[in-house]
Amino acid sequence: MRQIAIYGKGGIGKSTTTQNTVAGLASLGKKVMIVGCDPKADSTRLILHAKAQATVMDLVRERGTVEDLEIADVMKTGYGEVKCVESGGPEPGVGCAGRGVITAINFLEENGAYTPDLDFVFYDVLGDVVCGGFAMPIRENKAEEIYIVVSGEMMAMYAANNIARGILKYAATGRVRLAGLICNSRNTDREAELIEALAKRLGTQMIHFVPRDNQVQRAELRRMTVIEYSAQHKQADEYRQLARKIADNKMLVVPKPLQMEELEELLMEYGIIADEDEAVVGVAEAACPA
Amino acid sequence: MSSTVKKVEGITRESTQEMIDRALEAYPEKGKKKRAPHLAPNDPSACSSCVKSNRKTVPGVMSARGCAYAGAKGVVWGPIRDMVHVSHGPVGCGWYSWGTRRNLMSGKNGVSSFGMQFTSDFQEKDIVYGGDKKLAVLLREAKELFPLAKGISVLSECPVGLIGDDINAVAKNMSRELDLPVIPCNCEGFRGVSQSLGHHISNDTIRDYIIETREFTEPATPYDVALIGDYNIGGDVWSVKPLLEECGLNVKATWTGDGEMERIAATHQVKLNIIHCYRSMNYMCKVMEEKYGIPWIELNFFGPTKIKQSLRKLAERFDDTIREKVEAVIARYDPVCQAVVDEYRPRLEGKKVMLYVGGLRPRHTVGAYEDLGMVVVGSGYEFAHGDDYERTSPEMPDATVIYDDASEHELEKFVEELKPDLVGSGIKEKYVFQKMGLPFRQMHSWDYSGPYHAYDGFPVFARDIDMAVNSPTWKLVKSPF
Repeated sequence: MRQIAIYGKGGIGKSTTTQNTVAGLASLGKKVMIVGCDPKADSTRLILHAKAQATVMDLVRERGTVEDLEIADVMKTGYGEVKCVESGGPEPGVGCAGRGVITAINFLEENGAYTPDLDFVFYDVLGDVVCGGFAMPIRENKAEEIYIVVSGEMMAMYAANNIARGILKYAATGRVRLAGLICNSRNTDREAELIEALAKRLGTQMIHFVPRDNQVQRAELRRMTVIEYSAQHKQADEYRQLARKIADNKMLVVPKPLQMEELEELLMEYGIIADEDEAVVGVAEAACPA
Repeated sequence: MSSTVKKVEGITRESTQEMIDRALEAYPEKGKKKRAPHLAPNDPSACSSCVKSNRKTVPGVMSARGCAYAGAKGVVWGPIRDMVHVSHGPVGCGWYSWGTRRNLMSGKNGVSSFGMQFTSDFQEKDIVYGGDKKLAVLLREAKELFPLAKGISVLSECPVGLIGDDINAVAKNMSRELDLPVIPCNCEGFRGVSQSLGHHISNDTIRDYIIETREFTEPATPYDVALIGDYNIGGDVWSVKPLLEECGLNVKATWTGDGEMERIAATHQVKLNIIHCYRSMNYMCKVMEEKYGIPWIELNFFGPTKIKQSLRKLAERFDDTIREKVEAVIARYDPVCQAVVDEYRPRLEGKKVMLYVGGLRPRHTVGAYEDLGMVVVGSGYEFAHGDDYERTSPEMPDATVIYDDASEHELEKFVEELKPDLVGSGIKEKYVFQKMGLPFRQMHSWDYSGPYHAYDGFPVFARDIDMAVNSPTWKLVKSPF
């Protein structure tokens, strides 16, 4: 069983990419489980065609303790026999979402959710490794492969580099490795080249460039993956390719995160940010000499 | 197990149920509905649990329960004498769980036993930046200061689980660096409904990190046993262990009262596990049974009647040598116990007791009171499960009240109505009942006395109960009822 965690900046398309890739793997005959590690609980809706799956933490809140839960209460099966679990968690601004992830994953382990027939387990993790809870999926004996979803936008790349730093910390004591960057295209300039370059600097690969296509949104409106909605569409091919590449991937590395200056240099090289002119820093527009 | 159903004059199923209903009247509808299934008249014929248990405490009622950390630190880990036990988190949990349980230890403090308070004393910055590095530093310091410690346990307090520190990874690395077992136990207080989950988590931790990691150095014999679930409260282990040895058995390890890490780790080599506190250690007994084929036997060493029954039950598991020795032991102690009974029974005959404790005492001590001519008119547990109540039912007289996770209000009401001559419960209950003018014994720690176990313990028990019940003090206090 290979356990894979998907990280990336918020809104970058982790859940969409994960579910489409998982659907791709399922269409290749692989047995997969998705563990959604985000209080928003939107990691499984395209597989289950559901608005929101009942989460582990929802049921804990309802019944009082996690000991009162059964696996069958929280695990649903969707497209391609993909097993789906959502950790769930509090609404923004209260409680501790990270603990929700820990509680849910402990529950799955203690109750035998990780059955030997599974080929893959995917953790779809909220935004960034903000606290110990969101690092839970990459602790020892859990995910050893991490893919970072990224685009050619500056902040997405900052986030990717930051996540690489998190991986480096855990790689020092365990077997977790960076397995590649997935570029979820935003149609920015020289995007593929830029992400290739970033991947190279981090010591990894851009495993696939997923072009932007509105077919993804059309499928999402129907709460479906592209693979299921329009299996013949070229975008479905892209996800199947990505799935195949992940299935065959052997390149697992300890990342070499960039220093801030290096990252900015890279961005400048590709024209994402302009060269810094110290003379204009902190000078208001009105005060600017024409 | 008693074969005949015991009765108490004046207590019927109806009278007990009416008493329960009156106590429940004080609650709002929702609370009443939730509490009602936890209170019931005993039905020894049903052979099942008559109350609901191991459920979340009803908010707003005053519960006597502890937390998972308390179950781990206070019960399972704390008594292991040759390990350093680290309370990982802010200082309070470690401080208030230090030494309060009176699990006595032999050895020299700091050399062969470590009954000290070790804590990582979390500060604001440790919460924000994580306590991993601090833990590593602390572990190095502990090894440097106490090089003779056989291992270190790291017991998570709530914040560690909240910020998601990976103590398991730190423990693994430090274990390698220090060449010393460092055992991480994820027993955050907020897990589960009571201390019971802390026992379970600790048992699982012993299963995953300790058992089978050592071997006994001395050669094996057919008489090798381990004493499980005896925490040496007031020296109980020191009373039971010599008794078992007198019966010809080799007590290779004690779990965990006055326990030694390396002997616990080698317990997979014994022939029989003798368990006292089923609730806190049944998990490991079952693991050892399944994994190593070691049978286990649940015994009760409170009071001469139960001791005698237990020893004979134990002897059946062995050959004639042991059977003969057991009979000789019984013959030797019978007159000693008879003298104790002769002295105290006339003063205690017919006196009524109510119990509310944890672990095994609400059922195991019933026989000892009966040996002294007393009658237990109510019993219950803070954190028991259904299988504990199943075991309690045949020990208690018919129709007596059984209470699970009782609140102070319920206990007070039952005491008012049943008018017992003695209440045996915890420190939180002690002053409530003493102020009601009632004799009380703190039965978690044997009220600064003990041992109460086995033949050495029974005279102490009888003396203490007599002292409490017949103290002239209570004649000077006017009871409110």
